Amino acid sequence: MNEDVLSQSVAQSSTLATNKLIRNTYSLLSMTLIFSAMTAAASVYLSMPPMTYLICIGLAFVMMWLVLPRTANSGAGLGVTFAITGLMGFALGPILSMYLALPNGSSIVGLALGGTGTIFLGLSGYALMTRKDFSFMGGFLMVGMLTVLVAALANIFLQMPALQIAISSVVIMIMSGFILFDTSRMINNPQQTNYIMMTVSLYLNIFNIFVSLLQLLGIASSDD
Amino acid sequence: MDMMSIGSAILLIAMIVMVAPRVKHAVQNSPKGSSNDWLLAGGLIFAVAVFVYALMKMV
Repeated sequence: MNEDVLSQSVAQSSTLATNKLIRNTYSLLSMTLIFSAMTAAASVYLSMPPMTYLICIGLAFVMMWLVLPRTANSGAGLGVTFAITGLMGFALGPILSMYLALPNGSSIVGLALGGTGTIFLGLSGYALMTRKDFSFMGGFLMVGMLTVLVAALANIFLQMPALQIAISSVVIMIMSGFILFDTSRMINNPQQTNYIMMTVSLYLNIFNIFVSLLQLLGIASSDD
Repeated sequence: MDMMSIGSAILLIAMIVMVAPRVKHAVQNSPKGSSNDWLLAGGLIFAVAVFVYALMKMV
């Protein structure tokens, strides 16, 4: 009898922890996406030069690797999260300005935005509804990401448009896999998951899908 | 080679250096999925690929 009550209580506390983690993650993700859109709009308005992308992404990654792991369990982690996502939004300015200057630029940007939202909501919603464990994908996704990074490095020297299309396509698929992986981690392993780290992780998935989709749609529109 | 390409190359090399140990850890410690698990995950990613292809046809 006592064991039944105990196991019921453990299950209830686990469910509460999962729900709290999901609620905190999605609330923070919504706020960082809005903040990121605001910094991106400021960057477009200020007509920032292309080098802005590299500098802001570089700074954001330095913060992600060196500052975020040390602050993720404190209130300072929230500020660091907003700084990272704000920088990454600001980095988008030169890219958005380039696409918006095209004849159908606003429709390309709108389609990339809508497409990214649909992919994220669809996959994350699926993982949340089914509560399926996608942790088995971890090794495969990490190897895929490393391969993409090496291919992108090679393409700086090779300058092959076909390889660029392949890289963008594979990035979208890998980041889609990471959405399933990260969402299922929140449900199946809430004790070992921090909502600040999870927000940054999901934000990166969304950011990479948006940039890659923008590239693919830009290439597709120039082919017409 | 312009400054943008050199900067991108440096950033990508830094990312590879940072990601490589995590890849090794993930490969060694990830649980194994059944063929049904992989079929489901592959199906979902294939659906994303079809969706992206449809978007590309729309522009």
